Amino acid sequence: MKTEKSEKRRDTIVAIVLLMLLLIVMTIIDSVLPSYHIVIKVIKKAAVYSLVAVSMNLLNGFTGLFSLGQAGFMLLGAYAYAILSIPVDKRPGVYQYFDGGIVQFSFPEFFAGFLGDTVGTTVGILVALLIGGLLAALVAYLIGLPVLRLKSDYLAIATLGFAEILRAFFQWKNLGPLTNGSNLLKSYPDFENATSYIILIGIFIAVIVLLVNSTYGRAFKAIRDDEVAAEAMGINLAKHKRMAFVISSFFAGIGGGMLAMYMGTLQALSFKSTMTYEILLVVVIGGIGSITGSVITSFLYIASLEWLLRGLDSGKFLGISAPGIFKNGFRMAVVSVIIMVIVLFFRKGIMGDKEFSVSGIINFFKKRKLRKKTAAAGGDGGNE
Amino acid sequence: MSEKENVLRLENVTMQFGGVVAVNNLSLAVNRGEIVALIGPNGAGKTTAFNCITGVYQPTNGLIEFEGSPIVRAHPQGKMKKLYAGENAEKYLGERTIDPTPDKVTKLGIARTFQNIRLWKSMTVFDNVLTAKHMRTKQNVFTATFRMAKAEEKKIREETEALLEEQDLLKYKDDLAVSLPYGLQRRLEIARALATEPKLLLLDEPAAGMNPQETLELGEFIVNIKNKYDLTVFMIEHHMDLVMSFSDRIYVIDFGKLICEGLPQEVKNDQRVIDAYLGVV
Repeated sequence: MKTEKSEKRRDTIVAIVLLMLLLIVMTIIDSVLPSYHIVIKVIKKAAVYSLVAVSMNLLNGFTGLFSLGQAGFMLLGAYAYAILSIPVDKRPGVYQYFDGGIVQFSFPEFFAGFLGDTVGTTVGILVALLIGGLLAALVAYLIGLPVLRLKSDYLAIATLGFAEILRAFFQWKNLGPLTNGSNLLKSYPDFENATSYIILIGIFIAVIVLLVNSTYGRAFKAIRDDEVAAEAMGINLAKHKRMAFVISSFFAGIGGGMLAMYMGTLQALSFKSTMTYEILLVVVIGGIGSITGSVITSFLYIASLEWLLRGLDSGKFLGISAPGIFKNGFRMAVVSVIIMVIVLFFRKGIMGDKEFSVSGIINFFKKRKLRKKTAAAGGDGGNE
Repeated sequence: MSEKENVLRLENVTMQFGGVVAVNNLSLAVNRGEIVALIGPNGAGKTTAFNCITGVYQPTNGLIEFEGSPIVRAHPQGKMKKLYAGENAEKYLGERTIDPTPDKVTKLGIARTFQNIRLWKSMTVFDNVLTAKHMRTKQNVFTATFRMAKAEEKKIREETEALLEEQDLLKYKDDLAVSLPYGLQRRLEIARALATEPKLLLLDEPAAGMNPQETLELGEFIVNIKNKYDLTVFMIEHHMDLVMSFSDRIYVIDFGKLICEGLPQEVKNDQRVIDAYLGVV
């Protein structure tokens, strides 16, 4: 018992140290590199993707509800964020076809009015993001009432359809004064540095981790493992499914808002079903039911797609110059091969349903040390 | 506590699937503190009867009472009005139908196990029991997520530990539930049902796949938990040794209909039961 406790304490200390290190590294990266640098861009986008992937994992991986509506909820969050945070004096320019739009109000400006520029803008951004999340959650609740009665594939089709309808709806001309129709929304504020992305998304993911490890998380897993048994043990299926759906959508909405922030301009067109599939891909490759798997995969996926493999599209990769082969689109071909290899050799994704933890790493190194010791001693304890 | 206090009472329960009458006009009663067995040949409708009680199916017609208050009530509706082949169709016609979901029935205090074990596969032994405590814990999603109900969480963890200790499962606490041997999985499933704090325990073939020795142990185990947790037990079983030596009363059904009820000795020698089920003794 005592060792268990001290081990726990050791793990927390190591975790805190690692987090501090991460923060320091992030601050250094931020101060050294300009904000348009590819590394900053990759970190921002990957962070956003990890939040959305984790939120999708909460639903698909932990509750066993196969939903494909993620892009739709992200769209809601993104639009709510953009509409609520474009500075008022920029609105005539943005809504040039709609007389400056009907919303003449901006949260960042509103809070900057009495909290000062830096703090006020940040608070305003956060409030707008949260409202985006709440809007997505509200819509998820309403959609969930009929849709969550469906199971597996049918649920997937229904949610996918909902996301597509939503995208078309936001491009509707009559909604123009609010959504700017099919035109771009832009000029809304963004966090300059990647550190704020990491901190903010770290907090949101931490909340999801806490939820998954709470009694409600256990109920979700019970529903995933065996619905009939879960119901027979007193878990209200309708209520818990709805809860998972709403919470997942809330974080997807926030993720959508942050994606809009990252992209700088917002258009309903970019929230296609391919975006949902991309996120699903991250979830599956990371491991269905593994939060750290989703996070790690988001970073790997975005980094290789946006940065490391870029050379495959532009003629030069790893010093090899072959403009004949390495042209537009070749990168995607390579990515699909990599994905196939991963799916073939890691059936359950990179992490399976395991989590990456401090104690796991420490135990891993301890074991290796032990193995080395036994090997050095000449003992044939190789089978342990 | 009177001797004959009903805990569970079924009255004219009929379950009809299309043209098939799986349970036909079944009436029975289980008294407090009893171990009652429901037996009958395969396909007689035993599990269907259980599913009607636990809210998995809504019966086509009939009334089910738990501790004196109705928990399920139904009369033929829709196309069943024409198709209905059972009896007493008019009896509940005017009354409001009650159609609870299984979790509501469990909340009232009826817990069950399944014919083919249904443990949560990805969870440990400990988590399986702990999750069954979810229904009774007083945490909402907010307090649970932000760890504001630590005392409550600690309480259910301690209760789970105690329950596992009593069931002799504590040493397997961190193993995956499905990695346990078959007999222990059965016992874990019962422990999980106990975690919902039931008053009535429904066991669906608890001894399926067990050898005579294990069956005997299971019988003693059932009597034990019945006394310890102040339960009433209603079970479906095919092992006649278990049924005859551990149950207080027996109901026999065949083709959905009750053909006999009584004490083990009476049932054993009843000609109808011998014809339909037991065969030549």
